[in-house]
Amino acid sequence: MSASTTWTIPEVRAALDARKISAREMVKDFYARIEKRNAELNIYLALSPDRAFAQADRIDAAIAAGDALPSLAGVPVAVKDVISTRGIPTTCGSRILEGYRPAYDATAVTRLEQAGAIVLGKTNCDEFAMGSSNENSAYGPVRNPVATDHVPGGSSGGSAAAVAANLAVVALGTDTGGSVRQPGSFCGVTALNPSYGRVSRYGLIAYASSLDRIGPFASTVRDAAMVMSVISGRDPRDSTSASVPVPDYIAGLARPLHGLRIGIPDDYFGEGIDPEVRKKIEAGIALLEKLGCRRVSIRMPNTEYAIAAYYIIATAEASSNLARYDGVRYGPRVPGATLIEMYQKTRGRGFGAEVKRRIVLGTYVLSAGYYDAYYLKGQKVRALIARDFREAFEKVDAIVTPTSPVPAFRLGERTANPLQMYLADIYTVTGSLAGVPGISVPSGKTSSGLPVGLQIYGPAFGEDRVLHMAHAFEQAGGQDL
Amino acid sequence: MKISREDVLKVAALANLELSDSEVDTYRGHLDDILTYIDKLNEIDTTGVEPLTQVVAVSTDDSALRDDVVVRADIITEVLRGAPDPEAPYFRVPRVIEK
Repeated sequence: MSASTTWTIPEVRAALDARKISAREMVKDFYARIEKRNAELNIYLALSPDRAFAQADRIDAAIAAGDALPSLAGVPVAVKDVISTRGIPTTCGSRILEGYRPAYDATAVTRLEQAGAIVLGKTNCDEFAMGSSNENSAYGPVRNPVATDHVPGGSSGGSAAAVAANLAVVALGTDTGGSVRQPGSFCGVTALNPSYGRVSRYGLIAYASSLDRIGPFASTVRDAAMVMSVISGRDPRDSTSASVPVPDYIAGLARPLHGLRIGIPDDYFGEGIDPEVRKKIEAGIALLEKLGCRRVSIRMPNTEYAIAAYYIIATAEASSNLARYDGVRYGPRVPGATLIEMYQKTRGRGFGAEVKRRIVLGTYVLSAGYYDAYYLKGQKVRALIARDFREAFEKVDAIVTPTSPVPAFRLGERTANPLQMYLADIYTVTGSLAGVPGISVPSGKTSSGLPVGLQIYGPAFGEDRVLHMAHAFEQAGGQDL
Repeated sequence: MKISREDVLKVAALANLELSDSEVDTYRGHLDDILTYIDKLNEIDTTGVEPLTQVVAVSTDDSALRDDVVVRADIITEVLRGAPDPEAPYFRVPRVIEK
């Protein structure tokens, strides 16, 4: 086994079953890989070896006893640092939570561990999940393992890079406006943003509550489906989690694609899309047609307003959610003569530039006299974007788009102009606002070797459909287009 | 120019956020750009459109409503361990009530 070996979940299981490797050896091997590459790539912010080896020993004991193993037994996973892990540092990529160790686990983490998965550690991300490049982390940017002078995307850049660099088999990220799908696309791995309400958010540290979701990264679509089978479903601890039944995602993968109608929104292929990305997406659509899908041209007329609506809604919710970081209950405190001065100094020093920018914008759009013009208007436009999706799904079974209009860019290349960075989120924020599931699956590479991601949207709670289509696409050689 | 230095300072005060002079200038410029961009929304007529506050999860039962039962968590020690200035079982803050 070399340090670059890519493991899939079924391969881990086969190796454990055949006693070719123990769970303990598996964990050791992954920590050795991390030791070797983390200084350069900056993927992990914290490791949890005690917990990982304890879990590995439980799996090995089960194997020795001849017990039936759960579906993710021995699978090393990485968890984005905005997801709570009991006793393990959880900073959200921010100085304001430096040293914070949650007193409880997120439900998604509990479910992964109940299924036998092994949490290796916490992954770097843009501070409080705000960013599209990972350059907003207080702990320095992650480097893209595919091209180390490039960004991995964001905000879940560490989780995407962990899977791409084989420093975890699968990983959890979070997606508010594209933060799972876009880094998945930049790093060349599969990344799924499930429907709003599909996966419990108990223990997810909130950025924008009406948009935040937890989703998996994996090196194959089947692995993503296996993780989804474990983390999906109602959780009494999250009242926004839905009681919609969870279908068998694995059984659904093998069906033929024949006869599915794929909508291609004309509005998504206008200005701003990189010609090489466009070419790879066109080739991806042609591949889906070859597999039996029927291409249908559709209109999503409110697309051009999505970014504006998104940045109103997300920043407004963030300004409220981030009010809790005040130097009282967790994180470092900067002393002040009065309580208010202590709050102001703690927050002024603890938050990074992008977070401050969004708090200021969010507070502004919610402030007296501006609420109707901005926040209410944004919510109305959000309703129109959701309607675009509803109407499209009356005509088609899925919608196919690029995940990002550009491939990974160079570190530092886009930091000067925040608005320009926001505009590149166009293909992902629409689905975020509408609450529908979207998967990014590798669809070839540019001439300089940078991965391109093809995004497939399905109707709400249609994860089975997007996984099914992405699996067929992958099996037909999508990533080598 | 949509937004002034004073606007930024006012909003920062509402958000309990200390900003340096150079931050105020930088954010003023960025916010101006972003708010100008957001004006784009005035192009669409939203008369009669109901605002979408949340993509409400489809619930097939009443599980979102439950009895409010107290469950002991017993994590005070663990929680206080992370606090900058704890005095069990409290969080200590600068004086807010004058003698």
